[in-house]
Amino acid sequence: MPDGSPLLRVEHLRKVYASATGDVEAVADLSFTMDHGELVCIVGPSGCGKTTLLKCLAGLLRPTSGVVEMDGSPVTGPSPAMAVVFQEYGRSLYPWLTVRGNVELPLRHQKLSRAVRDRTVSDALEAVGLPHAARSHPWQLSGGMQQRVAIARAIAYRPEVLIMDEPFAAVDAQTRADLEDLVRELHLTRGISTVFVTHDIDESVYLGRRVLVLSHAPTRVREDLVIDLPPERDQLTTRALPRFTELRTRVYEQIQRAKRGPAEAGPAISVG
Amino acid sequence: MTARRPALRIAANLLFALGLPAVAVVLWGVWSARSDNRFLAGPLAVLDAFRRTWIGPAFVDDVLPSLLRLALGIAGSIVLGVAAGIAIGSLRRLRETLGPLLEFFRAIPPPVLIPVAMLLLGITGTMKVVVIMSGAIWPILLNTIDGVRATDSVMLETADSYRIPRWERLRFVVLPAAAPRIMTGVRQALSVALILMVISEMFASSSGLGYRIAYFQRNYLIAEMWSGILLLGLIGILLAVLFGLVERRVLRWYQGMKEITRA
Ligand SMILES: Nc1ncnc2c1ncn2[C@@H]1O[C@H](COP(=O)(O)OP(=O)(O)O)[C@@H](O)[C@H]1O
Ligand SMILES: [Mg+2]
Repeated sequence: MPDGSPLLRVEHLRKVYASATGDVEAVADLSFTMDHGELVCIVGPSGCGKTTLLKCLAGLLRPTSGVVEMDGSPVTGPSPAMAVVFQEYGRSLYPWLTVRGNVELPLRHQKLSRAVRDRTVSDALEAVGLPHAARSHPWQLSGGMQQRVAIARAIAYRPEVLIMDEPFAAVDAQTRADLEDLVRELHLTRGISTVFVTHDIDESVYLGRRVLVLSHAPTRVREDLVIDLPPERDQLTTRALPRFTELRTRVYEQIQRAKRGPAEAGPAISVG
Repeated sequence: MTARRPALRIAANLLFALGLPAVAVVLWGVWSARSDNRFLAGPLAVLDAFRRTWIGPAFVDDVLPSLLRLALGIAGSIVLGVAAGIAIGSLRRLRETLGPLLEFFRAIPPPVLIPVAMLLLGITGTMKVVVIMSGAIWPILLNTIDGVRATDSVMLETADSYRIPRWERLRFVVLPAAAPRIMTGVRQALSVALILMVISEMFASSSGLGYRIAYFQRNYLIAEMWSGILLLGLIGILLAVLFGLVERRVLRWYQGMKEITRA
């Protein structure tokens, strides 16, 4: 990968859903770039088009117009360099497979030896703290553990970019804090570039090195904020920092304004 | 103590399971003894006829071929029904094209196809298997189509995002997702298949269970006729037991999941 070229480049992305009751413009005009090794959080009000954006990034949806590029080449379909963790973990894991089977499934068609595949799966389960649950079925686990399985499946796939869509929206606060730390740890230790979508402001500031605030649908980028908190974060001290409070207030204001109405043409600044 | 409780419970269950049939047999015995209807045979006479008629060469000559055709018909219906159901369920074009045609064929009562099948295939074993399939395939086909169509969109999107190839997607995502519906279809198909096995043999045959029963009836061998019906019932029960075993294996995850969400 040539230095300087961004990992992801989104330019003038627009997505209109055609439906029987009329067209829905979910994403109006979205531009941003993301570098290798970044952890970018995307926040925006519910229904503003976050999932739509992610599906376009992941090659699951065709944009109506605009460009999505990864490593300089356009994304035309799902790529082996991306893994998606969906919001609905209960519907994304396969209940007829064991935890191990779920993590292993995407590796079956890769030309890996049995031994390497087994090791990759065990390593991924270890990394999310679930080595003991390999033989359970997903529905035997709690919501938080199921989402861990989904994360294990994603990292076993060894993507360059991990795309996560409100992954922790449905788990309780304590579990959520643990999972947030897991995401940061995976990002730091494995150097996986991560796009993390959330509607939770604190979560976005705590996790991200950068936060993109989206406007109300039809969506634009309202604000592209660098989170200049120290890279070593933990739930208690980081959240108590005055800078944390400033940043979250800033994001909060932007979201409030975003909710109030469609934005004036948002600036497409890219803070690297 | 702990060992005796389950034993007691099993005994109680057995009593419940066998109690009603036992009462029915006793009533049957009393009724047939008091009635002077000569087409009614008592349980002892039927049991005796059963032993004489079916245990011996008739088992090899009549029962085994019938069972073989039944098995072939069921297996063929499952293979064809599931394969076609997956194709039709996943391809919208195909579904829209075939939809009205499927409704039409499904509405035809399968026994009326017997004369047609006789003309086309002659009075052969193949003809009977085809007749069985012509009825048994529908519940499997239609349930498979519904099951495939109802596959969760997030599950399919997950498979897409991981670029799971066609065959693995079929084997590990689409088929298991449709499995509960497919099994519902198979359960319905079993009884249809049994009915058609008998009817096809009554119509056009010189051997087989259905032929035997019709033959006994025409020749006023009343106890023998009833013993054939008893045998049919036993085959039905056997099918249900086998099906239950397979279903438990195939849908273990489904039952487990249901239990947990209910709790
Ligand atoms: N398949 C679809 N067809 C039509 N409209 C859709 C579809 N998916 C999403 N939308 C609409 O697009 C908008 C953005 O949806 P979504 O991307 O799911 O938002 P978010 O993830 O931010 O909650 C919503 O108004 C939603 O109703
Ligand atoms: Mg969403």
